[in-house]
Amino acid sequence: MKTESVLEKVFASGELAVTSECGPPRGAVPEKIIEKAKMLKGYVDAVNVTDNQTAMVRMSSFAACVFIRQLGMSPILQMVTRDRNRLAMQADILGAYSHGIDNILCLSGDHPHFGDHPMAANVHDIDSVQFVQMIRDMRDKGKFQGGDDILNPPKMFIGAAANPFADPFELRVARLAKKIKAGTDFIQTQCIYNLDKFEKWMEGVRDRGLHEKVNIMAGITPMKTVGMAKYMKNRVPGMDVPDEIIKRMAGVPKEKQPEEGIKISVEAIERLKAVEGIKGFHVMAIEWEQKVPEIVERAGLLPRPTIDL
Amino acid sequence: MENFEPTIVAFCCHYCAYTAADMAGSKRLCYPPNVKIIKVPCSGKVDAIHIMKALEMGADGVYVAGCLEGDCHFKSGNIDAAKRVAYIKKLLDEIGIGGERVEMILMSAGMGERFAQTAADMTEKIRKLGPNPVKFAPKANNAA
Amino acid sequence: MITAERKPMEELIECLAPYHRILLVGCNECVTVCSAGGRKEVGILSSALQMAFMKEGKTLEVKEMTLERQCDPEYVEELVTHIDQAEAVMSMACGCGVQEIARRFKAKPVFPAVNTTFMGASERQGVWAERCQGCGECVLGLTGGVCPIARCSKQLLNGPCGGSTNGKCEVDSDMDCAWQLIWDRLKALGIEDQYEKNIAAKDWRTGRGGGPRKIIREDLVK
Repeated sequence: MKTESVLEKVFASGELAVTSECGPPRGAVPEKIIEKAKMLKGYVDAVNVTDNQTAMVRMSSFAACVFIRQLGMSPILQMVTRDRNRLAMQADILGAYSHGIDNILCLSGDHPHFGDHPMAANVHDIDSVQFVQMIRDMRDKGKFQGGDDILNPPKMFIGAAANPFADPFELRVARLAKKIKAGTDFIQTQCIYNLDKFEKWMEGVRDRGLHEKVNIMAGITPMKTVGMAKYMKNRVPGMDVPDEIIKRMAGVPKEKQPEEGIKISVEAIERLKAVEGIKGFHVMAIEWEQKVPEIVERAGLLPRPTIDL
Repeated sequence: MENFEPTIVAFCCHYCAYTAADMAGSKRLCYPPNVKIIKVPCSGKVDAIHIMKALEMGADGVYVAGCLEGDCHFKSGNIDAAKRVAYIKKLLDEIGIGGERVEMILMSAGMGERFAQTAADMTEKIRKLGPNPVKFAPKANNAA
Repeated sequence: MITAERKPMEELIECLAPYHRILLVGCNECVTVCSAGGRKEVGILSSALQMAFMKEGKTLEVKEMTLERQCDPEYVEELVTHIDQAEAVMSMACGCGVQEIARRFKAKPVFPAVNTTFMGASERQGVWAERCQGCGECVLGLTGGVCPIARCSKQLLNGPCGGSTNGKCEVDSDMDCAWQLIWDRLKALGIEDQYEKNIAAKDWRTGRGGGPRKIIREDLVK
């Protein structure tokens, strides 16, 4: 075991892990994040907290993670390279670890162009691959990126993202290999609708034995409406929503669409359980966190193992 | 403004527009004397600075007359000229002189009527716009 | 070349408002190539400024000059013959040139006529695109001749990110994804295995991060 992380323990036990995510509020309103997290308690092993997602300013992921940790839950600190240089990142990692947060997801981050501060400087002092390597060296070598020793090095369980649906497809297995080489312990994928394409990616992953070197969690996001399905298909970069999904959502009346969306998600989980190399599920129900318990239950992923924090 | 006689400078290409002007002449078609013709080998020869200088020196309106699309003797001089005219129009709007004072017009060598009509239309349009505002300044001593 | 674009006329007219006689200086190199500040552009701007002033019942005398370059003191020195007659100087060169004029003629106000943008190349006539950000440690040999610092919106050294779509960047569907270009080049060169070599975190000291930079060639210094 590299860390004390609950998530690492679940993977090590051989059980499928379950995580979900919460977006912090657009203001100093801790009640909002606490409320969202409470809905998930007992249904997930760990909770991601997004970091200025879509480049819109929100309460910092670090602060929100502290609130979640105080509820006795295990947070996953999402950190983007867009907003901080390596000094600030290492400082935040030391701070987070000192608050009992020991999971981190390393991301580049959406470009400021999408958010509420398109005029901001894009930091990207390091990229997500270098970020993974930096944390691994902090943990395993006990050294800062600059080379000095760290007092009580943070034992972080390191995650990264993978998007089998972004272009170019032929590079997506190689990119995973790069992240694994840098030291990634677990992967959360972009949400999956095109199961065929995903399975094709997993084939490539297995061909190189990468599924044994990292814990891959399949991303699942339930559709609420056909409008949401169309939006994700047409307006979100790196998202692959097949026409059959749109048809299914459009084929039921509006009041029945949320239920159809959940059904599609549960079916996807059932199919993906059978895919060799899938070690867990990351259920992202943006602004619909209350449905996560139902999805987890219907997908047969309960009860969650009780592991002390 | 009463009794305002606009001065219009017309850059006319040798192959089409100038020949059309000749045609108007031989057909005894009248067009306003306000239009001063400058013959150029091709409308594409007219550069941004020529249009600017014409206005700077007091012309109230300027147009560049070239061949119809596809007929330019030098292949695409008329297209280049049209792009330059569009660029100058924007610049003139930016400085408050007004892009409407400049136009790009296409015609063929045989279009004597069109030449005369264009000259008349442009004169009237500029008459309505009024004199070029640069004419109200004291004369500046410009070294080029 | 260094590329630039003329500032909006409103801004230029406003900053020259207090003056009656200016020296308008163009540059025969980069800004000529990108049609922003060469001799032609000096002529057009001079005419536009004068007309803008005349319209307001004022006059502006403009002495037009175009130097070979403005980033070498020997050429800037040529302004000496005309500088005293001018109340102010407006330079159409890139920021380097404007600063050299300001440095040489300490008592003369100097204004930029263009916004200097990037180091780039011509894609075709009338289109210039960013190619280099002067990071001071060129990795083009590792990336098939495509720069990830200048041409990736997130300056990733181990890209692409998850937003690359059909070879275009998530920021703009007209913007090429640099990592798609890099991958295509690595494939064309038959060196795909180069892709999986992780490139280490950049030392920004060779770039802007270390403060304003200087090169001193001892063998050339007099």
